Amino acid sequence: METRTHARTGLNLIAGALITALLTAAGPALAGKKDDTIRFAYDQAPESVDPFFNNVRIGVIIGHNVWDTLVTLDPKTNQYKGNLATSWKQIDDKTIEFDLREGVKFHNGEEFDADSVVYTLNFVADPANKVTTQANVNWIDKATKLSKYKVRVTTKQVFPAAIEYLAGPVVIHPAKYYAEVGPKGMNAKPVGTGPFRVTNYVPGKSITLERNADYFKGGPKTPARIAKVDVRFIPDRQTQMAEMLSGGADLIMHVPKDQADQAAKVPHLQVVSGETMRIVFMQMNSLDNTPAPQLKDPRVRKAIIHAIDRESIVKNIVGAGSRVLHTQCFPSQFGCTDEGAARYPYDPALAKKLLAEAGHPNGFETEIFAYRERNQTEAIINNLQQVGIKAKLNFSQYAAMRDAIRAGKASLTHQTWGSFSVNDVSASIPVWFGGESDDVTRDKEVQELLKKGNNSVDPKVRQQAYRDALKRIADNAWSVPLWSLPVYYVGSKELNFAAYPDEQVRFWEMTWK
Amino acid sequence: MGGYILKRLGLAIAVALAVSMIAFLLLRLSGDPAIAIAGEGARSEDIELIRQTYGFDRPLPVQYVEWLGKTLRGDFGESIYFKTAAAPLIFAKLETTMVLGLLALAFALAISIPLGVMAAVYRNSWIDRLCLALAVLGQALPNFFFALLLIMLFSISLRWLPVSGSGTWQHFVMPTIALGYYAAPAFMRLIRAGMIEVLEADYIRTARAKGLPASKVIFKHALRNAVVPVVALAAVQLGFLLGGSVVIETIFALDGLGYLAYQSITFKDFPVMQSIVLLLSVIYVVLTLASDIANAWLDPRIRVA
Repeated sequence: METRTHARTGLNLIAGALITALLTAAGPALAGKKDDTIRFAYDQAPESVDPFFNNVRIGVIIGHNVWDTLVTLDPKTNQYKGNLATSWKQIDDKTIEFDLREGVKFHNGEEFDADSVVYTLNFVADPANKVTTQANVNWIDKATKLSKYKVRVTTKQVFPAAIEYLAGPVVIHPAKYYAEVGPKGMNAKPVGTGPFRVTNYVPGKSITLERNADYFKGGPKTPARIAKVDVRFIPDRQTQMAEMLSGGADLIMHVPKDQADQAAKVPHLQVVSGETMRIVFMQMNSLDNTPAPQLKDPRVRKAIIHAIDRESIVKNIVGAGSRVLHTQCFPSQFGCTDEGAARYPYDPALAKKLLAEAGHPNGFETEIFAYRERNQTEAIINNLQQVGIKAKLNFSQYAAMRDAIRAGKASLTHQTWGSFSVNDVSASIPVWFGGESDDVTRDKEVQELLKKGNNSVDPKVRQQAYRDALKRIADNAWSVPLWSLPVYYVGSKELNFAAYPDEQVRFWEMTWK
Repeated sequence: MGGYILKRLGLAIAVALAVSMIAFLLLRLSGDPAIAIAGEGARSEDIELIRQTYGFDRPLPVQYVEWLGKTLRGDFGESIYFKTAAAPLIFAKLETTMVLGLLALAFALAISIPLGVMAAVYRNSWIDRLCLALAVLGQALPNFFFALLLIMLFSISLRWLPVSGSGTWQHFVMPTIALGYYAAPAFMRLIRAGMIEVLEADYIRTARAKGLPASKVIFKHALRNAVVPVVALAAVQLGFLLGGSVVIETIFALDGLGYLAYQSITFKDFPVMQSIVLLLSVIYVVLTLASDIANAWLDPRIRVA
């Protein structure tokens, strides 16, 4: 199976090269612009269009084009702005009060008001309703109506990232309609307030969005400029690229770097790349039952970081838009910093020296687990080899890898983490160092600091606690922070679009040239 | 004949059961299904909830027997991913896949019959070698790669056909060729061998001696007899083509059973995946059984074996 995948990659590369050679003669087909329709191809279909009942990227993309949230995060300034809410204030540690926008209507004509917010939040917060990603909603205690356009949201514990979640995954549904049809009906016939409404949906195949002509003005999202968006699910990336080349699609994303480089040479296509919030790092199991006891020695862990040439891997393999990280979080996240944290620049000689001091002058053998971006894992393995560490690749599905980590069978793990696009470090570091099942270091002091950061609403206290935690993690070399992942978009040259770190595709902003 | 059919039928049921059991095990053993369904980054409580909801915490044999029992009663369960009943989801896509399978079979026969006949008639000449080369190529070229070559030619260079999707007859052209070409070599070799044997038979010599035109001898007298084993092979190949459509439908985003199978593997959608495997293996087994019976009927010597 592995050989076959390998062979396939090779063949695909040849095919890619041939395609590039062929297409230069082919003229662009501008069907998309002609009928004012963006044809967007994506590799997986969401299980449900109701944003609370899927956990895939395309679900988030459709969610923000069809629905609205109480607040939004301006991707350019990183400031929160009112969306369905016009203003809000923190009443106490666990209570936020929102003033709602008046005159907003759902796609079915239902009026937006406090009832919409109260019904939606109370519905999703109830575990019996089985929202897919519980972490998105299980912090909500309840929502109460104060007047037609005023609501209070109470959190179960002190939850400083509440606004961040209300700006992201927590969209607002129409109360009457949702009460009547439930999540299943919402999936079959989605209704939101967003810049686009769903006019046709064939599960697993395609979704058609049409401009919502009555979209409210004066909010942070503009009304849509382009009339229609045709989302088609094409699982094979080569096919997606072929659609772009033949003019059958106007936009695709998550294009591998090598293909994007080739697409950049095509006259009627443009390639846009941007950094995303997805970070890459390597976990090192230093617990007592680790399969690689060498990792318990901080000198060995430091040697591993020194051995990896992050700068050149970023430049040559990861691609434009990526940057080297020194702490295991995304820099725009609240609380993320590498200030004062120890750094381990590329230095294979020093790595060898550290290994020798730790009693491994000839290195050692171990295993590295990975589940995506295999070429990056291979580059890491190559770097480790140069200082004597022979790491055997164990490439598997995510679920299988996670099983191995939790069972204590993985020593080195090449991981990635997207933080659910939540711009707060509480969505990232605590997962790996908070003492839960994915924590393979179990540093009590780090756990205490993270708890302090998570349980305060005072920004200064939080920042200090996270800074101290990140510094302690780096100083002990508990993990290997690597780089951020870029995303490559290939689009028709006729389309104006931008790449954002939250990997959100803002169809409403797009225009034709 | 009755005893033979019963024996074959029993074997067919055993094969279908074995396939469903292996598929069940393979899907379950490739990592915790609850983690896969919960998705990357799910918290432990989400995973535990899923494990209980779908009963993954119970022993594997219990889960298998329960699934099989329900399936035999016609209850295919609910799709974990799409959250709708699995049966309508599957049967809605079956038509596309059957159409593709039959078209591919027709295409395979349409190219293999003339090529096989030519190879036999011009045995050991350059024509025979050329036909052999085409057959080897068809068998050696992975169908996903051949599919990409077709896309490059017909969609990117010539712009005659849409790259992917479903809905019009144009969407079926390239998948049919890609799938059918892979099945053609087996037919071709069988026809060539059959034709060579038949062409040496006495009645052909007689037909030739009578002064019948060569084309009539080949197509009317010889081919009819050479094509008999092809009928049996066609049934088996159709089952094979239906299974092979997983890759082809995925590449061309053709909205059929294969595409659904790919999606359900990706999302560990067990009820759908298992039902598709069972359905395809039942179809395959039925076709094989039909071909066995047809063979036995055509050739009494087989019944004894």
